[in-house]
Amino acid sequence: METVSALTVKSLYKVYGNRADKAVELLRDGAHRDEKLAGLPVTAAVIDANFEVRRGEIFVVMGLSGSGKSTLIRMLNGLLTPTHGTVEVDGVDITKLKPAALRRLRREKISMVFQHFALLPHRSVLDNAGYALEVAGRPRAERRERAQQALRMVGLDGWADKLPQELSGGMRQRVGLARALAAGTDIMLMDEAFSALDPLIRREVQDQLLELQAELGKTIVFITHDLNEAMRLGDRIAVMRDGRIVQIGTAEEILTDPSNDYVAQFVADVDRTRILTASSVMERPLGVVDVNSGPRVASRVLRDTQTSAVYVTGRDKRFLGTVTADEAARAVRDGKQNLQEIVSTGYARTVADDTPVADIFAACAESPAPVAVIDAAGRLAGVIPRVTLLSALGSMSADATDDTTAPGAAVPATDPSPATETARTAPAGSGAATREVPAQVAAEPPARLTGEPA
Amino acid sequence: MNSADGLNDLLPYVRIGDAFKAGVDWSREHLSAVFDGIAAAVDSLVEPLVDLLTAPPAIVVVLIFAGLGWWLRGWKFGLGTALGLGLVAGMPIWDQTMSTLALVLVASGLALLLAIPVGIFIAENRRASAIVRPVLDLMQTMPAFVYLIPAIFFFGIGAVPGVLATVVFSMPPGVRLTELGLRQVDREVVEAGEAFGASPWKILLRTKLPLALPTIMTGVNQVIMLALSMVVIAGMVGAGGLGEVITRALARVQVGAGFEGGIAVVILAVVLDRLTDSIGARTAAAKAQRAMQQA
Repeated sequence: METVSALTVKSLYKVYGNRADKAVELLRDGAHRDEKLAGLPVTAAVIDANFEVRRGEIFVVMGLSGSGKSTLIRMLNGLLTPTHGTVEVDGVDITKLKPAALRRLRREKISMVFQHFALLPHRSVLDNAGYALEVAGRPRAERRERAQQALRMVGLDGWADKLPQELSGGMRQRVGLARALAAGTDIMLMDEAFSALDPLIRREVQDQLLELQAELGKTIVFITHDLNEAMRLGDRIAVMRDGRIVQIGTAEEILTDPSNDYVAQFVADVDRTRILTASSVMERPLGVVDVNSGPRVASRVLRDTQTSAVYVTGRDKRFLGTVTADEAARAVRDGKQNLQEIVSTGYARTVADDTPVADIFAACAESPAPVAVIDAAGRLAGVIPRVTLLSALGSMSADATDDTTAPGAAVPATDPSPATETARTAPAGSGAATREVPAQVAAEPPARLTGEPA
Repeated sequence: MNSADGLNDLLPYVRIGDAFKAGVDWSREHLSAVFDGIAAAVDSLVEPLVDLLTAPPAIVVVLIFAGLGWWLRGWKFGLGTALGLGLVAGMPIWDQTMSTLALVLVASGLALLLAIPVGIFIAENRRASAIVRPVLDLMQTMPAFVYLIPAIFFFGIGAVPGVLATVVFSMPPGVRLTELGLRQVDREVVEAGEAFGASPWKILLRTKLPLALPTIMTGVNQVIMLALSMVVIAGMVGAGGLGEVITRALARVQVGAGFEGGIAVVILAVVLDRLTDSIGARTAAAKAQRAMQQA
């Protein structure tokens, strides 16, 4: 049956220990897990989790280690049985399923990507990618074909015959991703999937996930302890603490309107003008023409977009400069065939896409046309009209998060300060949102507000 | 001292030996059909194998083993095998060596047939493991000779009591290393199997056992080595083979004959050890481990 949400979790508890039921009762009355439970030989890992995951969204569960997020994700596919509450997948309560039915559900609906990849070390990359299909008893030929296809999607076509150990960490996790993709399930659970990778590789794989997601529109539940990653990937984010979900919202909501002091601590101390970069406030340029198209095309685009200049790109979308309305009209009169001779770089200033917003003001003030944002490969990534910059500063709420599915759309967001990000390797796919906050914010939250026994 | 005697009287003589004997007697009386069946089955394994190994000329058997060694470990080991077994074949104890080999193969085969399933079972079941482990300790530390006594009781003199005492004595490392190998399998890999909907049976066959195989093969190797040492002792109950050569030499104080028998055992041990070891190294999981160490 068709429901809006792919996953629905209702008052979900996981309590370990002998008197778990009693503990759930106490917790339902509102006890903090360290208070009233003191007398009981139990550990409450997840307390009263309620949320829905919508079809096609990336739902991030963020929390520090010990906050219960790994336990939570394992209840979503029945690897762990909840102490109390329900988990509905496509309207079916999986907590009531028998083992065989549960296994069938995992084969057909939910796949998983693991923190340490969890590949079979003695089987080839291709066999690993096709593992889910092997489990499901699909014929060998189909298995190979779909595994190959999944490996192609993650950019590992040439590695099918290698053993996992022969691959780097980032590549191994792409095999893990391919295995989940080849399974063909609508829902993917990702448990700290990128946490074991070093930061640059992690960014690459995150970009790849966002690109794949734009294409495939899976429903993804992504667990992380990294605020950075949560902001970057999540359509919505659930913040967990001590087994409870303390806030669910978009990255913007969590940044601007933290529901309590704990969440506020996570996102505090962030100078937003250093965090926001050009790429996070830029918008999609309205008038872009190829250098080989004629001045008539340029004129028409100018009319259609009602702007004063068009942005001209060459081969591989490299940014060449601008052509103003006057210049275009003159070129039409002179019978010029292309824009090669009249394109100029004086009219619109350019900034690199990782320039902090604080450093864009000057360029923006001097530039008659919106400032052009250039990525590492010299391509036109977007533009920043003055009004956009001002409104970004004005609200500083800074985030319209639900745009990852619209490539190239204006996606203001937060991005890390450039000092740590100069070695930017992979350009984010087609202006996809990049939202980052320095990792240490997530790694070392400032002093806890309520004391917690070590 | 009187007082010391008094204290000693505090510790009664618990007659566990009598209890054990009673158990053995009872079994012999009521389960004789079972033991006869076992004896017949073991006999039907040992005899054809002895015939098979002793039928061709010694040189042919030597060359077969040398070829096997060459294939599994390279030409140096093949040559060593040829020289070692050739030395034994030149001595007048070739037939005894082959019958010892047959006894070892049958005994360790039976031991593994029991040990691996038990190891799998206790790897999955902590409570069973807690029960089985002390039993394994007992089996392993009980002096080897002691097994021979009830074995004679049940099966009389000959190859069968030798083989069965050997099975009991050599089984523990097979169980232990199977359990260890399975427990060492990465938890997350097993979880991945579960997460993709594989049945426990499939996870055991396709994930756990292949990954545990190098460790299990170490167990196989250990079982064979223990079986070889025990089978010599079993010569005392008329199991035949090199055990007989050595016990006879011992009884008659023939230094030379005893040494020849001993050397034959050593050579057999080295060949069997290296061969089984290299089979373990050729498993896919072992190759994967090496690939990881290189990376």
